[in-house]
Amino acid sequence: MAAADDLKFQANPGATTISIDEPVQIPKNQRSRLQEPGREEDDELLGTDDSDKTELLAGQKKSAPFWTFDYYQTFFDVDTYQVLDRIKGSVFPVPGKNFVRLYIRSNPDLYGPFWICATLVFTIAVSGNLSNFFIHLGKPTYHYVPEFRKVSIAATTIYAYAWLVPLALWGFLMWRNSKVMNIVSYSFLEIVCVYGYSLFVYIPTAMLWIIPERVVRWVLMMFSLCLSGSVLVMTFWPAVRDDNRRIALATVGTIILLHALLSVGCLAYFFDAPEVDFPAPIIPAHNGTTVITKSVNKVTMPVSPSVQ
Amino acid sequence: MGAGLYFFLSKALKTVQFAGLADVSISEDIPVEGEITVPVGSHSPEDDFSTLDEPVKDTIMRDLKAVGKKFVHVMYPKKSSALLRDWDLWGPLVLCVSLALMLQGGAADSKDDGGPQFAEVFVIIWFGAVVITLNSKLLGGTISFFQSLCVLGYCVLPLTVAMLVCRLVLLAGAGTVSFIIRLIVVVAMFAWSTLASTAFLADSQPPNRKALVVYPIFLFYFVISWMILTFTPQ
Repeated sequence: MAAADDLKFQANPGATTISIDEPVQIPKNQRSRLQEPGREEDDELLGTDDSDKTELLAGQKKSAPFWTFDYYQTFFDVDTYQVLDRIKGSVFPVPGKNFVRLYIRSNPDLYGPFWICATLVFTIAVSGNLSNFFIHLGKPTYHYVPEFRKVSIAATTIYAYAWLVPLALWGFLMWRNSKVMNIVSYSFLEIVCVYGYSLFVYIPTAMLWIIPERVVRWVLMMFSLCLSGSVLVMTFWPAVRDDNRRIALATVGTIILLHALLSVGCLAYFFDAPEVDFPAPIIPAHNGTTVITKSVNKVTMPVSPSVQ
Repeated sequence: MGAGLYFFLSKALKTVQFAGLADVSISEDIPVEGEITVPVGSHSPEDDFSTLDEPVKDTIMRDLKAVGKKFVHVMYPKKSSALLRDWDLWGPLVLCVSLALMLQGGAADSKDDGGPQFAEVFVIIWFGAVVITLNSKLLGGTISFFQSLCVLGYCVLPLTVAMLVCRLVLLAGAGTVSFIIRLIVVVAMFAWSTLASTAFLADSQPPNRKALVVYPIFLFYFVISWMILTFTPQ
């Protein structure tokens, strides 16, 4: 026992020693209660047992003023295995587990969202270019162009989606929080994190979209939409569930709708539709637009000139 | 004042010398004040020689030799610190401008979705290098800002060589064989660039985040390689 007494911190001889043993046991008790069968999965979704601790920890971390470099370094405080874990959690969403509570745990990082968006931009541009090349390969009138203009369009679209939609969602959730007391609330960075990591599944999807089969592309899109959409839904449903039923459903519906719009838009704009039959000769109009005149069951996409 | 101090000190020293060490006792009321001046001899060699008097050719040749030495270090990346210690941005500028010029295929006049414009290549290389440097510093890297820019810029050299080879191959023809040659050359130079810059930059990163720092470098050189590979003259 002398060793234990020596190890206890003593501020001054007159003060009482503070033992750090007791507070740790309380969350353990709560966790053992949670694992009882028949417990609702809501609490696992909410993670209310350690939310107090994590809120405190979150408050203690970012103490540097925002004009110093150290402030931004707190957003990159992740190791390789943590980033890989978060990516894995976004690609294989466990039903019933909240992505934020399970993986982010009040350590939101900006590394993942930023570089996943950058990779996605270049993957979509390169895959679109490759798929167009393979689709139009044998034709005598086709001249390959690298279509570099589309990279900047892709970058604008994806970065706007990954940063403005979380901003709007965060503002909306803050507004509803002031009206209805929600148990769960997310910080802006956590929402950016969820959106950024949920976009990861589109990277292999975009690479597989090179396959010039319409059915394959739509099946892939549905599959990736389900995966990333489920991550978003399982994250945000506990945050709006206590609200008015219609508003909650409308919020979740809007999230899914915007996500679907992004993927459909990317597929339609960057990837030319594969042609089923032999097309008529391409007639170039005088201002550079080319319209494929005869087609049975394909979408006519006018290739517009670059916007300077 | 100096003379008075000297007088005091000489008396004290004489007392020490003649009285023996056992009797050394310095009373506390000797005032210690005054200025202690160290005689400066004029024999110390001039450390930095003035470069204003040398001929212009020497100045230019010295910088050119430094740039050339760094090129050699990139082509044979060993763990030398010459690239890191005395960084300069002349080499990256020359490489970036020559790469951007060679990527101009005469598509500037046409309104088609052509290759990248000069400004686009410039912005991608410099903005990409700045973002990668900021990324490595935010992840806890110990390398300085301009050192990292220097390394990333100099490691574009293999890709510039690849661009030169591609243009020469395209002069001969634009068929499948030339495409396969270009593909092999660009892939080899891309691997060389990435490995060279990783060899220089990886040591300054915390060990459990090396992959997080190397991946953006990989993406950066991949984009440049893609621009080189898809270059088609009009």
